Amino acid sequence: MAWVNAIIQGILTGGLYALFACGLSLMFGVMKVVNLAHGDLAVIGGYIAIGIVAVTHVPVLWSFVIVVPVMALLGYVLQRTVIQTALDRGVLTTLIVTLGLSLVIENGLLQFFTANTRGIGANLALVTGAFTIGSQISIGYLLLLTFGVAVAVLLGLQYFLSRSKYGRLIRAVADDKEAAQLSGADYRHVFGIAAALALGTVALGGIAYGMYVDLDPTTGTDTILLFAFAAVVIGGLGSLWGTLVGGVVLGVAQQIGAQINISDELLAGYIVFLAVLVLRPQGLLSRRAQP
Amino acid sequence: MSTPGMDVKGDGGTPLLEVRDLVVHHGQLRALDAISLRVFPGEVYAIIGANGAGKSTLLRTIAGLHHPTTGSVLFDGKDVTGLRPERRATKGIAMVPEGRRLFGSLSVEENLKVGATYARPGPWTIERVYEMFGWMRERRNQPTAQLSGGEQQTVAIGRALVANPRVLLLDELSLGLAPVIVQRIYGMLPQILATGLTVLLVEQDVSQALRVASRIQCLLEGRTTLEGRPADVTADQVEAAYFGLAGAAAADRPGEGSEA
Repeated sequence: MAWVNAIIQGILTGGLYALFACGLSLMFGVMKVVNLAHGDLAVIGGYIAIGIVAVTHVPVLWSFVIVVPVMALLGYVLQRTVIQTALDRGVLTTLIVTLGLSLVIENGLLQFFTANTRGIGANLALVTGAFTIGSQISIGYLLLLTFGVAVAVLLGLQYFLSRSKYGRLIRAVADDKEAAQLSGADYRHVFGIAAALALGTVALGGIAYGMYVDLDPTTGTDTILLFAFAAVVIGGLGSLWGTLVGGVVLGVAQQIGAQINISDELLAGYIVFLAVLVLRPQGLLSRRAQP
Repeated sequence: MSTPGMDVKGDGGTPLLEVRDLVVHHGQLRALDAISLRVFPGEVYAIIGANGAGKSTLLRTIAGLHHPTTGSVLFDGKDVTGLRPERRATKGIAMVPEGRRLFGSLSVEENLKVGATYARPGPWTIERVYEMFGWMRERRNQPTAQLSGGEQQTVAIGRALVANPRVLLLDELSLGLAPVIVQRIYGMLPQILATGLTVLLVEQDVSQALRVASRIQCLLEGRTTLEGRPADVTADQVEAAYFGLAGAAAADRPGEGSEA
């Protein structure tokens, strides 16, 4: 039963990882940008949530109503300024520039908020509560909610990409941005919208991780970005639902690793990540998700 | 053989599209060297020339995809040289690019919808495109990758038309298509012109260009070598301009270029 529990925990954790990963995958799929600051931006989202709760006393769960639009706006602005400028100089430049952005964010957080870890809503019943099935399986409310949110986010993204005007433009620009220009579309604006979606979704991941574990200035790169990368690679580059599959595989591998020996949790996840890179570099869902 | 574009407004009118002394470089290479042209409303203006003559570069520069070193592009009397391609598109310059360049992961209808997103008001709608090409309606949900080359070219033209442009730039429509398909695609031109469009096209197939154009201009290594109405130029002149046989002298050479 302990193994079954580990697998269930792993699957649910995969939802959290999908929230980390889907924006990273979207930005890569649309503008070929590997955003190395992706995790740090999630942490910013979490810190903003902490700030909002402290100042306005809104319920923790509702902080996302403010955090997501703020982060989406930040995503649009960052894309139209820093990242677009780098893109104009070549895709490789974006790696260096987003790495720089990551360092600035981490050190900025360290400077203004110290290296202390901060949790979000640590004493909420939602965060600590769980229900049990039998004697060995315990399912946390928060993890279950996060998984539900992840599925809802992916469904929403898929609907937006396949049905809306801007979703169509995002896919068109990803296919051929010059041809999109000839149809009157400013691809820079479309890129901005894709970045807004990316940061809006990863902000949810940042808040969830802050509730699930906690955040500190380096969580962005040493946890969120790495897990996002692993989930994207395992699931398949540019595939939306692949990020959930990848997240679930990563989560299950980690939990099984932890079941063998608690210190093997991360190692087991990265071994699966490496195995997929070697054996199936295109990822488990190889084709780009066709809505 | 009367083409709707034959009754061209004389030189007294304002050109819809004008290119003045355009010089474009690709790196060190001078791709276009002081090219000028004037396209009047209702015309079918054809740029002909061999591979590498600079035809596509000229069209792409007019669409805004290349930046000229010097010279200017005027649309409806206004200088658009500094405008981005998408701004020119919304002002009424639409281009069907070489190689069709459809959005491969989008369906036929989605391709048309992208074309219509920033459309100017006008007669062309997706519905009208479907009326013109019945097969497209039936296959509107198919990915464009499943279409034949000729069908893809037609969708590419439809995608440009639904933007309701004033001038349509057609880059090498015949490229990679069977002659019978090329005939069929050019056969649609009168219907398109009837809605008030002006066409500037680039074509490697000279006889095709001479058939449909009201005016032609031949490029050779980035320079204009011949310009005029198809009726006013001889086959010899075209041949000399196309291949660069020392200009008009080629026509005088005995035994060459005589009446076919």
